[in-house]
Amino acid sequence: MENQYNFAFFDEGSKREIRRATLKAIAIPGYQVPFASREMPIARGWGTGGLQLTLSLVTKKDIIKVIDQGTDESVNAVSIKSLVRKTTGIKDTVDTSKASLIQSRHRIPEEELKKGQILVLQVPMPEPLRFVESSEYKTKRLHADGEYSGAWLVLFEKIVKFGMVTGGAAHPVFVHNRYVMTPSPIPKYDNSKLNESEALILLGAGREKKIYAVPPYTKVVSLAFEDYPFELEDQTGLKCNLCGAANVFLDEIKTEETDEVYYQCNDSSDCLKRLNKGGKS
Amino acid sequence: MAYVAVKGGQKAIQESIKRIKYERFKNGGILKLKNIESGMRGLIDQVMSEASLYDEELAAIAVKQSEGNPEEVVFLLRAFRSTLPRKHYSRIIESETMEIERRISASFKDIPGGQILGTSYDYTHRLIDFNIAVEEKDSRKIKKWVEKYNKVAVDINYDTKSIRFPKVIDYLREEGIMINYEINNDEPKDVTKESLKFPTKRSERLQILTRGQTGAVAALGYASLRGFGSVHPTVGELRVGLLPIYIDSPIESSKEDDDSYYIGSIRVTEVESIIPTTIKNKDGTREERLEVGYGICYGQNESKAIAMSILDRCLEMKEDSPTHDEEFVLYHIDSVEASGFISHLKLPHYVTFQSKLDSVRKTRKEK
Repeated sequence: MENQYNFAFFDEGSKREIRRATLKAIAIPGYQVPFASREMPIARGWGTGGLQLTLSLVTKKDIIKVIDQGTDESVNAVSIKSLVRKTTGIKDTVDTSKASLIQSRHRIPEEELKKGQILVLQVPMPEPLRFVESSEYKTKRLHADGEYSGAWLVLFEKIVKFGMVTGGAAHPVFVHNRYVMTPSPIPKYDNSKLNESEALILLGAGREKKIYAVPPYTKVVSLAFEDYPFELEDQTGLKCNLCGAANVFLDEIKTEETDEVYYQCNDSSDCLKRLNKGGKS
Repeated sequence: MAYVAVKGGQKAIQESIKRIKYERFKNGGILKLKNIESGMRGLIDQVMSEASLYDEELAAIAVKQSEGNPEEVVFLLRAFRSTLPRKHYSRIIESETMEIERRISASFKDIPGGQILGTSYDYTHRLIDFNIAVEEKDSRKIKKWVEKYNKVAVDINYDTKSIRFPKVIDYLREEGIMINYEINNDEPKDVTKESLKFPTKRSERLQILTRGQTGAVAALGYASLRGFGSVHPTVGELRVGLLPIYIDSPIESSKEDDDSYYIGSIRVTEVESIIPTTIKNKDGTREERLEVGYGICYGQNESKAIAMSILDRCLEMKEDSPTHDEEFVLYHIDSVEASGFISHLKLPHYVTFQSKLDSVRKTRKEK
C-alpha cells in the first residue's frame, strides 16, 4: 500500500473550499465564517485552523515562519514547520521580515509586518461571547444584531469586582466598527498591532470550524471604557537579560540555583536579530 | 522545565519520536497486519465507525502504527480521510437489502422471519479463558474445527442470504400506532463539507452521532436513559449485516438501477428503537403513540448504535435536559475534537499565563 500525498497535504478541491471561506472572511472583517474544517495530521487544538489556512494558501514560492508563544523553537512550532516542509518542500526561516507566510500561536511578532506578508493566527476559542452565552445558535444572532452588551458587561463586572479590567490574553476587540472579535490569546501588548496592519491577518479555528480575518488597514480597537482605558501588561522598568531590549513582551524566568527572577524577550528571533546587530551580549 | 525557548528543541523532539518506535519493537515481536485484521475485529469496527472511514486494511495499519490506542487510530484515519477527494456519492441504500448476520428484537418474541442471534458476546460469561494464552499449540485442531464449521455454516447460510427480512417496525406502522411521517428524500447535508449550523437537520445529527466516540455516545445515551432526559426505548429491532452499495454510472447520465455499479458491501449495525410519546389531538384529548429512534454505525458496535438511537430521539424533542440540547451533544462527542483539545493543554502556555499572572498580581497590589 503506497500512498503519495498531494502538494500541501490537501486535495485541490479542499484547498479551494478553504480559500473561498477565507475570501469571505476578508470581505467581512471580524466576521466568523463557518467552514468545513478537516481533520489534520496534528491534533485539534494544536493549530489545525491555522494549519488549514497555511496549507490552502501556500505556494512553491513562499517562505514560511512558524512560531508558538513567541518562539520558533517551541515543540509545536517545530512540528508544524516540519509538516509544511515535508508536504510542500518550501523554505522556512526564523527571520520575520523574510517570511511571506507566518503561522503563529498566541503572539504577533515584534518586528512590524509589511505589505504582502500574511500572518495566520491559531485560535482555540473564536467566539468572544462564549463565556456569556454558551449556545452557538444564540451568539450568531447576537453578532448579527450587533448586540454586544454581554461583552461590555464582562468588562464592567471585572471593574466592579476588582476595580480594574482584569483578565489576561485574548482581550476582545472591535473590528471596523462592526464585529466584536477575539484576537486569539495574544497578550494585550499585541492588540495594537492588529490596528491598521499592513499585512493581512487571518485567524483560523479548526476545532470550532471558523475562519475570520483582519484585512490590511482595518481599524481595530480594544474594548475599554472612557474612564477605564485599555491597559497593557505592566512590564515597565524591565528589560531583556540577553539583548537589553525594553518595550518588548518579556518572559519571566526563574533560575533554579539562585531563585533569581530575570526577564527575556519572548520573541526569540527578534532577540537573536538584535544580538547579531550588536546589542548587549 | 522549559521545553520551549531552548535551542535544540528539534533534537529533543526527534528523540521523543524515536521512543515510540522503540516501544513498538523493544520486546522483539513485530505484529502482523493479518493478525490485527483477523483477531481485533472489535477494535477495527470501533475505529472505522469513529473515523467515518470504512477500510479494514487501513484501520489495521493505523492500529499497528499507534499500538492499538483507539484515539490515535481514529486520528490517523481521519487525517488520511481529509486528503481524499469526494468522487462519488452512493445511491440511496434501503436497509431492507441488508444481508443479515444477526437480527434480534426486544419488543416481540416472534418476529416475521425469526430472531437470528448470530455473533454476539451477549450470551457469554465474561470469564477470562486462560486456555487462549496457549492456544497456538492447538493450531492444527483449530484449523480443523474451522473447516468443519464452515461446512455446516454454508448449508445454513444458503437459506438466509437471499431473504429480505421485513422490518419489525413496519408491522407496527401498518397497525397505525407508530406516528407516520412522509418520506423525506431531501439530499442529506454532508457535515464534512459544510460545518454545522443550528438548528441542525436530522441528516446532520445522524452523521455526527454515527461518527461519535463510542464511549461518549454510550455515556450520553445512558445519561438520558438514567435520568437526564426522557427517552426510554425498547429495541424494536437490532440488525447486523452487510449492506450493498451502488453508485450511479460515472460515464452515463442515467439514474436507473440497471446502469448503476456495485462497489462493495459494508458491515453495519442498525437499530430501530421504539419510544412511547404523547400526542395532542385537535380536540385537546391526548393519545399515546410510538416514535422511532434510529441508530446505525459501521461494524458491529451494538451499544453505540442503541445509544445513538436514543440520542437521535432526544434531539428530536426539545427538553431541558442536556441530552436534549443539540449543541451539547453534537459538539462534544467527537473523538478527534475532544482528545485534541484536551491534549492541547500540554502545549506551552507561557505567554498567556504570563499575561494572566500580570493581571492577578495587579489585583493583589491594589489591596
